[in-house]
Amino acid sequence: MIEAPIDDVWRVLTEPEHIQRWFARECELDSQKGRLTFESGRTFYLHIVAFEPPHRFAYRWLHEQGTEARPDNSMLVEFSLRPEGGSTLLRVVESGFEHVDWSDGAKSEYFDDHSRGWHTLIDRLREYAKR
Amino acid sequence: MKVNEEALLEAVADNSRRQVLDLLLAHGAVTPTALAAELPFSRQAVAKHLAVLDRAGLVEGTRQGREVRYSVRPEHLDVAVRAMAKVAARWDARLDAIKRMAEASAEARRKRRTPS
Repeated sequence: MIEAPIDDVWRVLTEPEHIQRWFARECELDSQKGRLTFESGRTFYLHIVAFEPPHRFAYRWLHEQGTEARPDNSMLVEFSLRPEGGSTLLRVVESGFEHVDWSDGAKSEYFDDHSRGWHTLIDRLREYAKR
Repeated sequence: MKVNEEALLEAVADNSRRQVLDLLLAHGAVTPTALAAELPFSRQAVAKHLAVLDRAGLVEGTRQGREVRYSVRPEHLDVAVRAMAKVAARWDARLDAIKRMAEASAEARRKRRTPS
């Protein structure tokens, strides 16, 4: 639970000047596309899937530059915001890594088809590393 | 070894690359041509995927005569697995930062409205 009105949370989530403080070193963003540059110097492009102020913000990323972002070649990050009195409930799901707001403590769950390849892969790598 | 988490994520975000990695895990050292024979995409596409996997430190190529054989790097896998698992934990820190920033900005606005 964030002790701030939903509009404040939305701004922190979607305005480049804020994003530069919690996510990437450099950021450009509009309602359709975006660009993030990290400390490592790597730049990634975002394909915005949903931009519905102040309730929903979602993007696909990590796809190859110049290709269209699809479920099979990229990761989906989804933010959902819900007002609760004067506070805000924020939830983020990144391709199956689920993070719920602080009222439930930080917890992650694995679910949905898209993430299966990802987790199967982690399991397989782990198994291989044990050999 | 220092793992670049973004490179790692990029490497495994793509389903085709996961297939390439899968085959390497199953077969050991393989040439791009042999990989392409088992996959529904071209040798060029396989080579591109191998380059991304290589950049993430997951595979390496060894030249043998005229061909290059690719294999997974077992010594890096453990680090890679841990880095991948850390991705989820990373969101906790980001959410924490978002919370602090949103609350600070709401607080600042409250103060402006009701000067003491």
